[in-house]
Amino acid sequence: MLLVLGRRLANVIPTLLAVVALVFLLFSVLPGSFISGMNEDGRSTIDPAVMERMRKEMGLDDPLIERFAKYVAHTAVGDLGISFRTREPVTKMLSGRIWPSLKLVLAAMTFAILVGVTLGFLAALKPGSLIDTASMIGAISGLSLSQFWFGLMLMYLFALKLQWLPSFGYGDGGLRNLVLPAIALGVGPMALLARTTRAAVLDVLNADFVRTARSKGMSERLVVKWHVLRNALVLVITIVGLQFGSLMGQAVVVEKLFAWPGVGSLMVDSVFQRDMPTVQGCILMIVLFFLVINTLVDLAYVVIDPRIRYR
Amino acid sequence: MTTPLLRVDDMRIALAGDGVTHNAVEGVSFEIGRGEAFGLVGESGCGKSITALAVMGLLRRPLSMAGGRIVLEGQEIQNASAAEMRRLRGKRIAMIFQEPMTALNPLSPVGRQIAEMFVLHEGMGWNEAMDRAEDALRQVRVPSPERRIRDYPHQLSGGMRQRVMIAIALACGPDLLVADEPTTALDVTVQAEIIDLMAELCAAKGTAILMISHDLGLVANMCRRVAVMYAGRIVEAQVSEAIFAHPTHPYTQGLVDSLPRLGERARRGRQRLREISGVVPSIAAYPGGCRFNPRCPASTGICREVAPDVTALPEGGLVRCYHHA
Amino acid sequence: MSMALKLPRLRLKGGASLWVGGGLVAIAIAAAILAPWIALTDPVLDANLMNAEIPPCWDFPFGTDAQGRDIYSRIVYGARISLSVGIISQICNSLIGVTLGLTAGYWGGWWDDLVSGLTNLMLAIPSLVFALAIMAILGPGLVSLVIALGLTSWSYSCRIARAQVLSLKSQGYVQAARILGYGDLRIMFTQVLPNILGPLIVIATLGMGGAILAEAALSFLGLGIRPPFPSWGSMLSEARDQITTAPWLSVFPGLAIFFTVLGLNLLGDGLRDLLDPQSTTRRN
Repeated sequence: MLLVLGRRLANVIPTLLAVVALVFLLFSVLPGSFISGMNEDGRSTIDPAVMERMRKEMGLDDPLIERFAKYVAHTAVGDLGISFRTREPVTKMLSGRIWPSLKLVLAAMTFAILVGVTLGFLAALKPGSLIDTASMIGAISGLSLSQFWFGLMLMYLFALKLQWLPSFGYGDGGLRNLVLPAIALGVGPMALLARTTRAAVLDVLNADFVRTARSKGMSERLVVKWHVLRNALVLVITIVGLQFGSLMGQAVVVEKLFAWPGVGSLMVDSVFQRDMPTVQGCILMIVLFFLVINTLVDLAYVVIDPRIRYR
Repeated sequence: MTTPLLRVDDMRIALAGDGVTHNAVEGVSFEIGRGEAFGLVGESGCGKSITALAVMGLLRRPLSMAGGRIVLEGQEIQNASAAEMRRLRGKRIAMIFQEPMTALNPLSPVGRQIAEMFVLHEGMGWNEAMDRAEDALRQVRVPSPERRIRDYPHQLSGGMRQRVMIAIALACGPDLLVADEPTTALDVTVQAEIIDLMAELCAAKGTAILMISHDLGLVANMCRRVAVMYAGRIVEAQVSEAIFAHPTHPYTQGLVDSLPRLGERARRGRQRLREISGVVPSIAAYPGGCRFNPRCPASTGICREVAPDVTALPEGGLVRCYHHA
Repeated sequence: MSMALKLPRLRLKGGASLWVGGGLVAIAIAAAILAPWIALTDPVLDANLMNAEIPPCWDFPFGTDAQGRDIYSRIVYGARISLSVGIISQICNSLIGVTLGLTAGYWGGWWDDLVSGLTNLMLAIPSLVFALAIMAILGPGLVSLVIALGLTSWSYSCRIARAQVLSLKSQGYVQAARILGYGDLRIMFTQVLPNILGPLIVIATLGMGGAILAEAALSFLGLGIRPPFPSWGSMLSEARDQITTAPWLSVFPGLAIFFTVLGLNLLGDGLRDLLDPQSTTRRN
């Protein structure tokens, strides 16, 4: 078991390295993006002599390999540079924002799994019924929604009109502030999960071993409980894992809409302010999160599917 | 005359599709006595598998039983409710399927899958049921059963998986075992073992067998009586020695002829393998009259017009042919 | 008989998606093309502060915004922006993906390793994040938006193209073409490409929906199309502040996005049943 964990983690490292490289390349190789970025935020013009000095300071004239090596070395120890805007270490800015983002993504995913998987199951167990058609129409609508628009509508209805929930902000970190953003963020994955679960369960219901189970004289309820559930879940877990990654991306917009103090909204602000080091740091954070989640999902697989265990 | 264990009377299975309904199986009638081994032979697509499923009540859309009766020990079950059928399955009629790999739950240890039978039908607790499962594995001659009960299907060979299936099916001592091509997916050497095992266990427990196969030789060896199916109909039924010695229906004759025999080359010199020309018709395109007529060397005008009725044969058995031997 | 026979119902479902989806998409396309004729006013210039924030009524079917511009006309013109961004970015993605995939599968070796590595890398970065990063470098605006979106989702078509090439590479007619002396490029385009056209169309259709949503998100954030141009996304960002006084400003652009993307998704689903029954395009 530990061996599998070790192997999976080992797979993460090269990908992470590659992302670091990509991020580095994107921001450093493109001409003048760093320094001129500072210039173009329109807030101040830096006189050429100062710019020249800054270039030397940041080592922007050094050969690329050297700069890359330095960047990797710094990143490995957690030094992500200094923000152009606040002059604070990027790592410090990020650390305060990780937990809110995590909370939001986890809450959204919980909502998506609870509602989506349940709907998918119900739809598959009664194909062609009203609940099936309604769920699937709901699902494809969920996939077509602009998540921030949906968030905006939710905000209008529940916060402004009905005044049941706060309209934005993190508040005291309590549940009430989490509800609307989590639902807005989770509606997309929920829709996809509903569809995929339905397809997976239908597949399993038609499988040979389910026919064997029926031939044993099992009630349909027991068939589902003993044979269908686990097998369908294996198929669903893949999707859950992948959706986490996309959630991190979508969270960016939802965070901004609800003024949620997470990594995503920091990234958007930094993009606006051309604060490159912070943007880089945010990207790395988000990708790291995605890779870790994927590894965990892989582990969950190993626990559930014995075929992988004994490879 | 004792009541047969199973009697199927004029069974008709319909296949619904695209607004049209076809009769996949028609006019099928046969009887199986207590503890008797009965074989149902035919090529792929002739309807033998769905006949078996119908007996178990496992037909699903778009297939459905559209006519006829299935009588289990004097009780009609073709219209039984789902709950009644569930009480019968596993307890009185059991089934084993062709593909042992896909027929077992890949995520559940095989011991547990056997134990389910005891928990379901005899109300046992899981611990006791697992012990019984171990015994069951021993009965089907799986080595080291105390370890094997915790194995998963993918850790077993094809032959062993089929043994597990047999253990599951016979766990609660059913009256009838329906075996749908149980050895087709197995190696030839393993096939014989499995067939012997089945025959031995069923004889010991007094379980009747409905053996379904495309292999006439295998079925004739194992079963006392054999019925041959073609395109959804039974075209001949006889005692197995007779079906080999004097097949009366041209189709059966073709089947028997097409079996390559040892020593023939020495006796008759080099010969091409004999085959039945043509292909099995699809359900949507069954020929009119006798369904075998396009491929039949003996077919005449009436064969194309009117489907032949059942004729009783002098030595027992029956045949559907105007030109039977 | 191990698999249940295919239910006839399924085909009808595919059909319904196709027609409804196609209808919605057709409406959107029609709105975009016919905009100058069916809009009531000029979407950017006809701003009359006297008409500011009027709720939907006979003169202004969807109401007016804070600058007094007719929302209906802006939405109709906005269709042009959204749809063209969607189409162009998808063409870009498909071109990149197919080229990379075909060549990677066909030539193999280090090129294949590189492309596969790159594909896996792209899949590890959420597409919106990647688009944001590119926009950070290129700055805001329509051009950078299209470039960013055109570079983010090529991995799906790449994988399909590569898989297809690999499976066909050893098949008879590809080898025959080789023996006949056909150049590699010719083989790729005449033999392999037609086989993946179906799945590619499905991916492109579904991808268009994604691109429109992404464009809306980026414009909403203020990074894509900036006001006063009537992109549905930027209309929503303008509407946000007036949500309490003029809620209709938020409703209509969002509905426009919703129905267009819904149409594309339904169409994509329907096309998938039609063109790609083995669902190699399932976004897994």
